[in-house]
Amino acid sequence: MAGSTFYHQIAVNRRNSFLLAAFVVFVLALLGFAIGFAVFGGPEAGLATTAGAIGLGTLVGIGTYFGGDSLVLSVSGAHQVDESTAPQLLNVVREMSIAANLPMPKVYLIDDTAPNAFATGRDPDHASIAVTTGLLQKLDREELQGVIGHELSHVRNLDIRFALMVAVMVGVIAILADFFLRFTFWGGGRSRSRSGSGSGGGAQIVIFVIAIALAILAPIISRLIQMAVSRQREYLADASSVELTRNPHGLERALAKISGDKEVLEVANRGTQHLYFTNPIKKFEQRSSSLMSTHPAIIDRINRLRELTGDPPLSPSDAASLVGLE
Amino acid sequence: MDLTLIIIIVIAIVLVVVVVGIYNGLVQRRLRVDEAFSQIEVQLKRRHDLIPNLVNAVKGYMGFEQKVLTDVTNARAAAVAAGSQGPAQQAAAENALTGTLRSLFAVVENYPELKANENVLSLQEQLTTTENQISFSRQHYNATVRDYNTSIATFPNLLLAGPFGFTKREFFDAEPEAANVPNVDLSLS
Repeated sequence: MAGSTFYHQIAVNRRNSFLLAAFVVFVLALLGFAIGFAVFGGPEAGLATTAGAIGLGTLVGIGTYFGGDSLVLSVSGAHQVDESTAPQLLNVVREMSIAANLPMPKVYLIDDTAPNAFATGRDPDHASIAVTTGLLQKLDREELQGVIGHELSHVRNLDIRFALMVAVMVGVIAILADFFLRFTFWGGGRSRSRSGSGSGGGAQIVIFVIAIALAILAPIISRLIQMAVSRQREYLADASSVELTRNPHGLERALAKISGDKEVLEVANRGTQHLYFTNPIKKFEQRSSSLMSTHPAIIDRINRLRELTGDPPLSPSDAASLVGLE
Repeated sequence: MDLTLIIIIVIAIVLVVVVVGIYNGLVQRRLRVDEAFSQIEVQLKRRHDLIPNLVNAVKGYMGFEQKVLTDVTNARAAAVAAGSQGPAQQAAAENALTGTLRSLFAVVENYPELKANENVLSLQEQLTTTENQISFSRQHYNATVRDYNTSIATFPNLLLAGPFGFTKREFFDAEPEAANVPNVDLSLS
């Protein structure tokens, strides 16, 4: 039963990666065509910019597939560690990769006192796990096992590949839309008046409006996809972690400790926030289940773990004291 | 007559293909069992190698309970000797060793200077991770054994397993108290 869930999740992730790529190509094509048509006038120019946009998207996609993990790691200021520099961390990662029956991933450390972690890479053979120094200092061995188990579940379920593609695709669409909006603001009026004397001026204006609407909507839609998909995975990775460690209390205590921690992770940004163990950006008061959050509220995650062990959910007062909101 | 000959040949070919397929499947499953077991053996060997270092590190301390140390040393010797006696025997000897190691670490707790000793701490961490690795590898090994044993005991593999010499494998049994997870190891950290 549990096993079939993971295979199901892996299949879902393969399909979602494909659907996401298709969606992005479609949006890029639409955006490219609308921009080309609106700015340069005529469908031929539209087709040319479409080809350009898809070409750009493909290039970035391929680049992400092979180099995205190193990019994310270097943006986060992570440096690789080995047995001599972080023995216990390496030991725990090795234990959990044996439990998950996965090859040993590369292990990175981020010099930041906020406790957090993430996994990245394109598949289990090319996976990396990064944790902050704060995580190592604040968690004991069992809690660390729970967090590493969570991250390795992301590796096993291929969440890492999907998350990486999402990060970059959202970025490309945003850049293109942004570029267009700026271009329109500064240079659009001139080109429109010039081509206004020619034929098809009315159609061009309509398409111009559509292009602006697309340029505004596309980044929002793609970001909503990023949020919604990411939250479900966190619950599954928590459950998988318990299945690997056979110890729900370690992860539960880790979540409690991290949620009580008030530090913000400085190296995380909007593009990489959904990769992390817990949401690194928001202030802890705001870590709630809202539409735009990449992570479920920590209280919800703890209560789902308590369901697994048959413990009653945390009372509202316990929950409040946990996040320091008495 | 030609037709019956063709039918016979076709049936023979199909049979051969099926037999080869089943045989290869069984060989693959048995290989997985062997691989999983060699993974456990690597870690067991590592644990056996670490223990003398630990014993040396703690025995210098005045008044350190000698009985605990001899228990660990004896259990280690028994575990090494059990290495050639098959998974079930080996598991029993290793579980006994795990028990003596736990009491050793419990005693270490009473010696502040040992608890602060870098060398002892590092050995303790190495033994903890080795023990965890053994237990996770054991889960994996037992799962592959279950898969293999089921496959040679079910139809149609059953018909071929005997003649080709595929015999049941033993489980590497979990220690009794580890079976009722998860409150066991909470006291350790």
